Amino acid sequence: MSQAILKVNRLQTFFRTSRTGVFQGHDTVRAVDGVSFEIKDGEVLGLVGESGCGKTTIGRSITKLDTPTGGEILFDGRDVTHLSASRFRPLRRDIQMIFQDPFASLNPRLTIEKTLIEPLYIHKLVNSRAEARRNAVAMLEKVGLDSTVMDRHPHEFSGGQRQRISIARVMIIAPRLIVADEVVSALDVSIQARVLNLIKKLQREAGISMLFISHDLGVVRHISDRIAVMYQGKIVEMGQKQQIFENPQHQYTKRLLASILRVPTLEGTHHVN
Amino acid sequence: MALLEVKNLSVAIRQKQGLITVVDNLSFHVDENETLGIVGESGCGKSLTALSIMGLLQGSQVRITEGTVCFDGVDLLILGPAERRAIMGDQMAMIFQEPMTSLNPVYRVGDQIVEVLLQHLKLSRAAAKQRTLELLDLVRIPNPILQINSYPHQMSGGQRQRIMIAMALACSPRILIADEPTTALDVTVQKEVLDLMGELQRHTGTAIVLISHDLGVIAQTCDRVAVMYRGKIVETAATKALFADIRHPYTKGLLNSLPLVDGDVEWLDTIPGQVPGIETVLPGCAFQPRCAFADERCSYEKPNDIRVAGGHWARCHYAGQST
Repeated sequence: MSQAILKVNRLQTFFRTSRTGVFQGHDTVRAVDGVSFEIKDGEVLGLVGESGCGKTTIGRSITKLDTPTGGEILFDGRDVTHLSASRFRPLRRDIQMIFQDPFASLNPRLTIEKTLIEPLYIHKLVNSRAEARRNAVAMLEKVGLDSTVMDRHPHEFSGGQRQRISIARVMIIAPRLIVADEVVSALDVSIQARVLNLIKKLQREAGISMLFISHDLGVVRHISDRIAVMYQGKIVEMGQKQQIFENPQHQYTKRLLASILRVPTLEGTHHVN
Repeated sequence: MALLEVKNLSVAIRQKQGLITVVDNLSFHVDENETLGIVGESGCGKSLTALSIMGLLQGSQVRITEGTVCFDGVDLLILGPAERRAIMGDQMAMIFQEPMTSLNPVYRVGDQIVEVLLQHLKLSRAAAKQRTLELLDLVRIPNPILQINSYPHQMSGGQRQRIMIAMALACSPRILIADEPTTALDVTVQKEVLDLMGELQRHTGTAIVLISHDLGVIAQTCDRVAVMYRGKIVETAATKALFADIRHPYTKGLLNSLPLVDGDVEWLDTIPGQVPGIETVLPGCAFQPRCAFADERCSYEKPNDIRVAGGHWARCHYAGQST
């Protein structure tokens, strides 16, 4: 954990919305407005904030699903802010994203096998179908599914299992940076715990860097090394997780922490959002 | 006598294989001025229970197969539609999870509240409007005079949920069923809405049944808790007593799966396996396949409710021993 794999400087991502009718015209939504942070090699940076604060837009700007308006994004020291889609494509192997809704993010018409080997072909990481299949089986095992699921389709799986498949699809090409956007929010707590453990384990084994976006403070504390708190398009506070939770400085962070509903127990206090 | 008494309620879904019981012989009660929390994971039957109480089970696929739901001594399940309508929205009200889908998008929010008042309280339109303004003020909608004319889409999620609460409280119901009322809201807004519900309860003495998957919400707002698993209440107790001395392995597992906010652990505890499908018939304890403490007896003998202490019951053979 030394070198910064990702550096984001004064990132701005604005959207134009149009009004119709008498007051016809355009508005600019400053979704991300001057955000700077970095993620070191093998580090997990948690990004928390309320809906609409811009946390998802940051993730989407880094993965080039949204186009930044200003600022710069450096991946491994290289400015990737304004790369064209085709020149960014080779980097997609290194920068991957996992989404919230495991029902929407898997192609319903592909079998699990095809879902997993497609990225291997796209990034030309295998020489034969047999090799691709071997990789897929090995990856499935890592996420706790066995090879019998290979011929099945996404609809046959529960939310937790689908999220495992989404994770396997991303991990199979061994990315260096993962943007995980609310990846456990749709899951029941008992399933959520297992998926969180899995992500943490795989992240550590492979030394992957991660931007972990979530509205759930407990989840973010559990998985992150450092935490950035976002409010209205800006990062208002950033620091080691213990520091954020035990000695928050910004008013908004304090308010956020005060809204946590704890479960009082004898051993200490837990919480879910 | 309890205000709401649910006895041996069973709900079944019609499947190809026949009727499958999804709410199984459920009994609980709620007193005036009390908040009962029902907590459980998706598919445990908590929402079906709420819908059964309110008489909102729809379609021929789901039906109540057994039991009574007594409100103030009257069994709601044998009432005719007109008699039921007189109680619902007036003495009993419900708040749903998604305020956008439960408000009518083409009517102004004020008119939707006025409608409830006209229906049940026979107020004049002017009086109903006046009362609506009071209600909006009560749930802390800023600038009620303006907002009364807003459409649902013009409001934020938190405001919409406040409108739902105002509507539910319009006739000062004696019981309020709230099904995941804050799940769609941000944590800061969630706290405001829950605080508001608690405050209103102190003023009006309304009984609340709060259904949630979130142990934090339950722990901070409820007087008593019922934990549901696969259609059954597996543990019930006063909130403080429950979290001080959990006896059912499922409740324990649920709590231990939660990430900590006041400390750090390397790995979270998990509950192995997953909830068996509704068509799976288990001769013994429903939680046995996933339970770390299960032995042979659990696989063939259904556990009864074991009394742990006054008001604390757990449906586990070994609930008598502290875990």
